[in-house]
Amino acid sequence: MSSTLKSIALAALAGSTLLGLSACSEVPQVTVYEQGQYRGKADTRPWEGGEFKGDRAAWEKALKERARGQNEYNRIQ
Amino acid sequence: MGRMKFLCDAERCIECNGCVTACKNEHEVPWGVNRRRVVTMNDGVPGERSISVACMHCSDAPCMAVCPTDCFYKTEDGVVLHDKDKCIGCGYCFFACPFGAPQFPNGPAAFGARGKMDKCTFCAGGPEETGSAAEYEKYGSNRLAQGKLPLCAEMCSTKALIAGDADVVANIFRERVLRRGTGAEVWGWDAAYGGGERKQERKREGQS
Repeated sequence: MSSTLKSIALAALAGSTLLGLSACSEVPQVTVYEQGQYRGKADTRPWEGGEFKGDRAAWEKALKERARGQNEYNRIQ
Repeated sequence: MGRMKFLCDAERCIECNGCVTACKNEHEVPWGVNRRRVVTMNDGVPGERSISVACMHCSDAPCMAVCPTDCFYKTEDGVVLHDKDKCIGCGYCFFACPFGAPQFPNGPAAFGARGKMDKCTFCAGGPEETGSAAEYEKYGSNRLAQGKLPLCAEMCSTKALIAGDADVVANIFRERVLRRGTGAEVWGWDAAYGGGERKQERKREGQS
């Protein structure tokens, strides 16, 4: 009777040890990131539509002048 | 053309919220959505500083990286825009953004109930026909296509907020800093509008 109990206890101990140790294994945790691609609608470039009608140089010039106009030191020189 | 950038000079910002109002009005932004806002540090304490914050159109934008529907794109001019038709309102971009730029019309709500994300477009509209009613309704006015800069910067009364090509913006700021000098004494009106070399010139000339 006592030997049966002993063997059951031993088996339970072995089982729980195995179960506990199974958590110690190491799994690879390196994530591979994938580069996403834009999936929405295509947009026109700012100089293509509207008043510049594809004239990129004119658009860039207009914008540059506008940006430089933010420097108030230009106005006093 | 390089990269479009905003720059806010904390020495000049007077917390007037003119940029916020200009943005709201220009794009008819719905109630509860703030594409731009003014943040004040040490409010009410002498030496407080204010800064106007919106989407900074990051070179390596985290919102683009985390979007599960890949609805973000970057234009040739470095403006970060998104397609609202693809947005599912998950809010990932909101958590990823260090500036709190992405806004949701229904505020903090459960997933699927927040509505489509809305953010600063650098007044460059979105993926709809330029100048169309659909573009205006979804993304607001497209000033960039008209050869104009974002209205928040153009409206700024103290020119604290400047926008445009990064090179031009950096040059304006560099000139400003050189004129107003450096050090702990740099604060107040003279620092912002002409201390440093110009003040010394005036002193030499006996004007002040």
